[in-house]
Amino acid sequence: MPLSSLGTLLPRILGGPITFNQNSRRLLIGNVAVHFTAQVSKTAPPKLVINFTAPVNPMIATEPGKLRMVFTHEAVVAPGSQVLTFDSKIIPSASFQENNGAAELVVAASVPVIASFSHDGRSITIEPPPQPATPAQPPPTTAGPTAAGPTPASPPLVTTAPAAIRRYFAVVDPSHGGDERGASLTGQLAEKDINLAFAHRLRQELETRGLSTLLLRDGDSSLSLDQRASLTNSAHPAIYICVHAASQGTGVRVYTALVPAGIENRGPFLTWDAAQTASQVLSRSAGALLVTELQNKQIPARSLIAPLRPLNNITTPALALEVAPPSDDATQLNSPAYQQLIAGAIAAGLADLRDQLEAGR
Amino acid sequence: MIPRHLILGVTVLLAITLGMSLYVWQMRGRVDGSDLSAANSQPVAPPVSGATEQVTLYVAYDDTGVLRPKPVRIPLPAGRQERAAEMLRALLNLYLDKFSPHPLGAGSEVRDVYMVDPGLAVIDLNAAFADNHRSGILVEELTVVSLIHTLSANIPGITRAKILVDGKERDTLAGHADLSNFYDVPAVNQVAAQLQNTQ
Repeated sequence: MPLSSLGTLLPRILGGPITFNQNSRRLLIGNVAVHFTAQVSKTAPPKLVINFTAPVNPMIATEPGKLRMVFTHEAVVAPGSQVLTFDSKIIPSASFQENNGAAELVVAASVPVIASFSHDGRSITIEPPPQPATPAQPPPTTAGPTAAGPTPASPPLVTTAPAAIRRYFAVVDPSHGGDERGASLTGQLAEKDINLAFAHRLRQELETRGLSTLLLRDGDSSLSLDQRASLTNSAHPAIYICVHAASQGTGVRVYTALVPAGIENRGPFLTWDAAQTASQVLSRSAGALLVTELQNKQIPARSLIAPLRPLNNITTPALALEVAPPSDDATQLNSPAYQQLIAGAIAAGLADLRDQLEAGR
Repeated sequence: MIPRHLILGVTVLLAITLGMSLYVWQMRGRVDGSDLSAANSQPVAPPVSGATEQVTLYVAYDDTGVLRPKPVRIPLPAGRQERAAEMLRALLNLYLDKFSPHPLGAGSEVRDVYMVDPGLAVIDLNAAFADNHRSGILVEELTVVSLIHTLSANIPGITRAKILVDGKERDTLAGHADLSNFYDVPAVNQVAAQLQNTQ
């Protein structure tokens, strides 16, 4: 049976609409197509906002002057025209094509751009990155807020021009967010809010020590675990730290990944669920050092291994922090002084580890 | 004039209706009086036949965040799968107790344990187990490691474990502990050893 006849044959067999593109080897059964619109805002600098009709999680790659998004799992279909042009010198155009079962959207840009997700993966914003923060002189005092540099509103990936790539030392991931509240720490206190507040303080403390830091979420937005891992792996930081909070126990628990069974990395290709394997030794030594640093500050701390995603999907050293209150009173998790004490100790430990972690990149 | 036999018939019927009403009202009172508390809503496991044997349960303690071995004698059936399920039910009985060191939500239950050669143990929990579980990395990890390590410590040859909820795969237990992958039992045993240290 000729392949070209599938387009007429399948609707009769399946009793529903299909879209078959023989050249690109794409067969969409039913009304599964994901449409998108793209618009460049007139802000300075301009932003290209792409809205999809369903959540997407493309693989994003960069090359000079281009940001390429490949949709292998989503049935993204072409807009009205294969080439979209925009009234912007910075982001002049985007082109859509289908090839080998996947859809590809290539955004042309005359300056380095970054991509970020929002609306539960339904929107991707492409824009020039914020100017790097000027690191303050190493540590003055840890008390009180310090001036933090501008932070991207949502997670940057990578820039399109290698010379302008900002290498982040740390990616800090405030876990949960949006509809996903995490643990209910008290009647009113949701884990996602404490995670975000603590992550802000940790970023502040790290940047104070000259360690550039990327927050994966800077507001009450939700990201899937795969998105968190993809964004981190694209940013190639020296270390990934995800932040959790709990009402059980006291102090801080520092976790490294428990890699699942029966998964092996072969050659240069990393299996998604075992991507952490090569960095496990460094992750554990970093975790142990942070525990020591915390204990030196009289904060109860423990180092543990946990089956916690996305730790096992991260290619660089990766830790999870579970911050528990200083006593039985979970409301103390909200105490700025307590958060600052822990953030300062963690940042000091990471500053000590800087050379070791940078060498491991 | 109403015939006499009709009056008698209606009177008898009214008497029967009244009697039945009184009987039903009395029965309803007895049912209301019986205590069907939430604790009794837990499914009653069928009695286990078999000799009583000693097994070691690995019990989670929330206060210190540790796992401790607890030798117990429980009746165990002959089959490998049934033995595994009984061990986990004994563990859950401790967690569902009023003075539980690691409380689980009401109605938590192990539906079944499947031993699949070579070396795979599949633990099927009910929805109440996961839905009512407290959220947190350590509290979820203690549950998972307690279940898997109790099995592997008492039943030789288990190398991998998988946890299902109501027979289906689930991403996490309560937002943290990953249930989407297979657990490497030797690695879980290392975590269990780590969790037995209070430091």
